Amino acid sequence: MENNHSEITEKKSLGQQDTKIHSKNISVHYASKQALFNVNLEIRKNEVTALIGPSGCGKSTFLRCINRMNDLIENCSVEGSLTLDGNEINNPDLDVVHLRRMVGMVFQKPNPFPKSIFDNVAYGPRIHGLASNRQELHQIVEQSLTKAGLFDEVKDRLEDSGTGLSGGQQQRLCIARAIAVNPEVILMDEPASALDPIATARIEELIEELRQNYTIIIVTHSMQQAARVSQRTGFFHMGELVEVDDTETIFVNPSDPRTQDYITGRFG
Amino acid sequence: MTKSEKIIKKRYAAETRFRIYGKIAVGIGILTVCFLLYTVFSAGYSAFKSTSVAVDLDLDPNLMRLETSVTSDNIAKADMLNLLRRNLIKIYPEIRKRRERKDLFLMFSSVAPQEIRHWVQKNLESIGTKQRFWLTASSSLDQIYKGNAPRDIEEKSRLLSDLQLNLLDQWNSEGKIRSNFNWYFFRNGDSRSAEIAGIGGAVMGSLLSLLVCFFLSFPIGIATAVYLEEFAPKNRWTEWIEVNINNLAAVPSIIFGLLGLAILLNFFGMPRGTPLVGGTVLSLMTLPTIIIACRSSLKAVPPSIREGAFAMGATPVQVVLHHVLPLAMPGTFTGTIIGLSQALGETAPLLMIGMFAFVVDIPTSPVEPSSSIPVQIYLWAESAERGFVEKTAAAIMAILVFLILMNSLAVYLRNRFERRW
Repeated sequence: MENNHSEITEKKSLGQQDTKIHSKNISVHYASKQALFNVNLEIRKNEVTALIGPSGCGKSTFLRCINRMNDLIENCSVEGSLTLDGNEINNPDLDVVHLRRMVGMVFQKPNPFPKSIFDNVAYGPRIHGLASNRQELHQIVEQSLTKAGLFDEVKDRLEDSGTGLSGGQQQRLCIARAIAVNPEVILMDEPASALDPIATARIEELIEELRQNYTIIIVTHSMQQAARVSQRTGFFHMGELVEVDDTETIFVNPSDPRTQDYITGRFG
Repeated sequence: MTKSEKIIKKRYAAETRFRIYGKIAVGIGILTVCFLLYTVFSAGYSAFKSTSVAVDLDLDPNLMRLETSVTSDNIAKADMLNLLRRNLIKIYPEIRKRRERKDLFLMFSSVAPQEIRHWVQKNLESIGTKQRFWLTASSSLDQIYKGNAPRDIEEKSRLLSDLQLNLLDQWNSEGKIRSNFNWYFFRNGDSRSAEIAGIGGAVMGSLLSLLVCFFLSFPIGIATAVYLEEFAPKNRWTEWIEVNINNLAAVPSIIFGLLGLAILLNFFGMPRGTPLVGGTVLSLMTLPTIIIACRSSLKAVPPSIREGAFAMGATPVQVVLHHVLPLAMPGTFTGTIIGLSQALGETAPLLMIGMFAFVVDIPTSPVEPSSSIPVQIYLWAESAERGFVEKTAAAIMAILVFLILMNSLAVYLRNRFERRW
């Protein structure tokens, strides 16, 4: 169990919880262009950490480092150390398939598979062999859909296509799909930006419920959303992690002038 | 009129002219197609009719020239030709001269004895009685009766002699000549006698060749496309392979025929003129089409699906097999059907590997020699006999129907699976 004290760019906070993910000097290059500059950040267990900042500042890039999705991009190189419960993520020998089971991801635009709702949620458990018979699989699917707050709406039509649902339902389906494999961390890349305010509110409620069992990192454009759902917030700007602290502190009393400028709307 | 008004008028005039050009172009296209279809149809529809002549035959077992009495076992050896001829002589005792008798016998098709045998075999109890038979007429009678061959010319140039022509008119007025549907065209293989020649053999040959072609090119094509699109590293080798695949699609088909001749027949010693070799050569031609179609379908699958699958912890092969390939299937199928219908119409490569032989039997397996529909059309078109003209046109109609069916299937599949994600 790591109990790291803060680095230079991080303020000390009251009460210390377990560190789930620790990033040390993470830098990312896309070919010759550098996208992230020495990011040092601690993500705490069972907390919602929000990453905010203007477009193109590197928040999504950082998020994708955590489940090694940057591997899929050509000419992308990641340096530095990124650990999950002390295990090095950037280790080339790491079993990426297992990592992506432990670290689930929900994307900005809902992307359910063009299969039935049941098959969408059952896909993860099937390929990872989490259910030994059909009954268990049904149970897992039902539990995941319930936790995602979708089961009541779809219980009579589990064989319908996942793409036939509304935007908000599709996103909840993607969340159900992610939690069906029992991850420890859920990464959310602007999960509500493609949804209407009502659906957004439901997703935010869901995040609060999920926090009890999972560690959540959410990238968001909306500062109000960050203020509503997160306990800690990190502000990114031009590839640098400018400041990270308790959410209240960031929004009420930030240390760095750039943070102050951003949250007051001087630039966005 | 001001200057801008003049310019606007000119623009509208140009617009109208352009539309008229378009309509004229479409009109010419439609007219040409109609003309083509009309020519083929008017020449070919008579091939679906077969002419028969009624003869009252005395089924005298003595005329069948068997040593014992007729049973179902020895009926195959019964000389029905003799039976027919003796009966004809009895019906027309005034026809004495050898040459004239020959003319009389030649009014009937060479398949007539078989037709008699076929019926008698099923009705053995009728032996010894007199029965009316409708026997297939010879090609000359058939063509003159249908009006395909002229009758108002001198006897030397005519298909039927004066005597035969008189018999025809006499039988016609007695109601002893009729047209029925020509089943022989569909059931038989090729034949020297035009009236019983059929495309059955060619159709089976084409079908077997296409099956061999499909089972070779479909799996290999998809595997290649998947590998090149999803797994291969992007370096000079793979670019070179891509360029070559695109070029292969444009190679003239006869080159593949030469390849088949040199390598498959001479080097590997595969059986000549069989759908096995024909199908292999055709698959070489269809392979680039399938690969290109499959690749563009794979490219069209949105990256969000791949990302979603990877984020779930699927391995690269699982991502492709479970998610990407199923979505790329409709486009791949369309490309496959288009490639196969091109292969259906190929003649040159099949000629090179020997699928042009005169084949009478209908092939039942890919290792029996056969011909194919386009080759059959070619052979019949080359024939000097009048009776084969309508057969050629009818075979062209048959292949057009096949092609329309296959392409309609491709269009239907494409529309049905258009946007599934």
